[in-house]
Amino acid sequence: MSDHEYQPTSKAGKWFNDRLPLLSLVSHLKDYPTPKNLNYWWTFGGILTFCLLTQIITGIVLAMHYVAHADLAFGSVEHIMRDVNYGWLIRYIHSNGASMFFLAVYIHIFRSLFYGSYKSPREIIWIIGILIYLLMMAAAFMGYVLPWGQMSFWGATVITNLFSAIPLVGESITTWLWGAYSVDNPTLNRFFSLHYLIPFLILGLVVLHIWALHVPGNNNPVGIDIQKPSKDTVPFHPYITIKDIFALLVFMIIFAGFVFFAPNVLGHSDNYIPANPMVTPAHIVPEWYLLPFYAILRSVPDKLGGVILMFSAIFILFILPWLDTSKVRSAVFRPIYRQFFWILVLDILVLGYVGAMPAEGIYLVLARVGTIYYFLHFLVILPVVGYLEKTDPLPINISDAVMSGSSNLSIAKKDEKKV
Amino acid sequence: MKKKFKLLIYFSLLSLFYFTKLLSAEAVDPIKIDWSFKGYTGKFDRASLQRGFQVYKEVCSSCHSMQYLSYRNLGEPGGPEFTESEVKAIAASVEVTDGPDSQGEMFKRPGRPSDKFVNPYPNVQAAAAANGGAYPPDMSVLVKARKGGANYIYSVLMGYEDKPAGVILDDGVYYNKYMVGQKIKMPKVLSDGLVDYSDGTVATEDQMAKDVTTFLSWAAEPELEARHKLGVKVLIYLILLSILVYLSMKKLWSRIDSEI
Repeated sequence: MSDHEYQPTSKAGKWFNDRLPLLSLVSHLKDYPTPKNLNYWWTFGGILTFCLLTQIITGIVLAMHYVAHADLAFGSVEHIMRDVNYGWLIRYIHSNGASMFFLAVYIHIFRSLFYGSYKSPREIIWIIGILIYLLMMAAAFMGYVLPWGQMSFWGATVITNLFSAIPLVGESITTWLWGAYSVDNPTLNRFFSLHYLIPFLILGLVVLHIWALHVPGNNNPVGIDIQKPSKDTVPFHPYITIKDIFALLVFMIIFAGFVFFAPNVLGHSDNYIPANPMVTPAHIVPEWYLLPFYAILRSVPDKLGGVILMFSAIFILFILPWLDTSKVRSAVFRPIYRQFFWILVLDILVLGYVGAMPAEGIYLVLARVGTIYYFLHFLVILPVVGYLEKTDPLPINISDAVMSGSSNLSIAKKDEKKV
Repeated sequence: MKKKFKLLIYFSLLSLFYFTKLLSAEAVDPIKIDWSFKGYTGKFDRASLQRGFQVYKEVCSSCHSMQYLSYRNLGEPGGPEFTESEVKAIAASVEVTDGPDSQGEMFKRPGRPSDKFVNPYPNVQAAAAANGGAYPPDMSVLVKARKGGANYIYSVLMGYEDKPAGVILDDGVYYNKYMVGQKIKMPKVLSDGLVDYSDGTVATEDQMAKDVTTFLSWAAEPELEARHKLGVKVLIYLILLSILVYLSMKKLWSRIDSEI
């Protein structure tokens, strides 16, 4: 990048920068050449950073008032809601913030899938991203346990019991995870500890994620490499920062809509019933963002098989860059892949839907079909389509593609709309 | 190809909705009431909250606890907003166990506004034992803890009916149309004229059910009015700021766009 020769103007700045080049870093971040044709789907990186920081800040305040004890946790949450100044606001931001975080991360991931951002030379960015996603799921799951309501308790019971499916050592591992012979006070305590730890691990990975991004630079909607930085890119600040801020504000409007006017609509009413090991809720369901995986888990009649399939559904994403055999990144120029992309989106929505329904009858059939299709997409369709597909001609450079007269992109855009 | 694909999507979504309707037909949808606290600017009806508290105090509180509320909450803004002296009187009307004193003895004293609502039973087991084995749930967050919220609570209060032929009920179990499973251990408690409203409102069964549901909704979400008020301000602020940032963005990017 072009920031190697950056020199602070002031003497003190130069003195400091020679010892710790923080100012060079800031300068790099400011000037970072960004493709000028990025669309709004590219603003979710910034939005996700905002989500993470919001969760960390509200979480730290909540931890000042929360009590991680099986007898006191539920009451301490009510104390936050009723007696702590603006406690309700902080908690609702935190609980809805988790949902907004996942909403943003799903858009971010699907953007990557559509525009082929995971392909060479950006595989490491993708892998770190999936690691972040995995940690997010762990953090969200443990966070949901903390209020110690019925869904907290039984969700924790169901998920931790998955590990008992491991042959021979499963039972011991589960007991070890619980710190007891069932989900109990020690479980709550360690979940709280880990729930506090994981966000900072995520923060570290986010730094690596951005670092890895800044080596090759951003992918872009046409998916071709930057030819002439002076023509194809804009400096990150102010062009991308202001666009990110605008998108973030729109995102915050939706976020605020949930926090102020429907704060519990994404949660489950059973979680306002204190945890009771003697009473099992009629339907144990995880939060909406974990539902597709829950559907995959329950689609297999065998417990161990279900667990393996569920984890495979996530881990398969790690090798995605090598499953996709197409050299063309952007789905804009891949007429066949584009269709399968939308079928995959639909498939995951269906899986999410049946994950919330009882595992019986038509729902079980749908879950099985959906699960089979999910794996089919990654293991068969992606590699085969990459070989067979006749891709549309790529534009020569980004500036050409941006020009309104460009034939390639305008055709592609029309296609996109039709789909 | 594309037309087929579109059709496929429509068909799958349609069939999904169809099956949902089919399967959810077994549960009776609760009666929908146009509560004053719904919507973006929803507020509680102050008089209804005060009447609802009266119903709670004279009827519900003999079995149901409300352990997360304090008497002082009754005088706080956004709630029933009883006057300070009324709150003191309400608190003083109950007997609170305090202690231990300097002699190590527990003692009884009149309640203070800072006290939590006194539980009708010493513990869950005692409550269950006194109610045929069914524990009357704590009502602090009951409205949030039931699918359907206020509508559901109101519907259950109004949903007592003679059991249809063929339904067998155990002793101490009642038929209720809206209760999950249609069986409930709480007897029908509300009947016309059960309480004497001090504001002259006629205490019909429906009126009492509405009032007490309003009270329970406030108890579950005492922050509701503050939340709605702040929310409207936040939304206006964010929308105005978005417009300003959007215009700034357009201006900034016009430099880039004009280059092309």
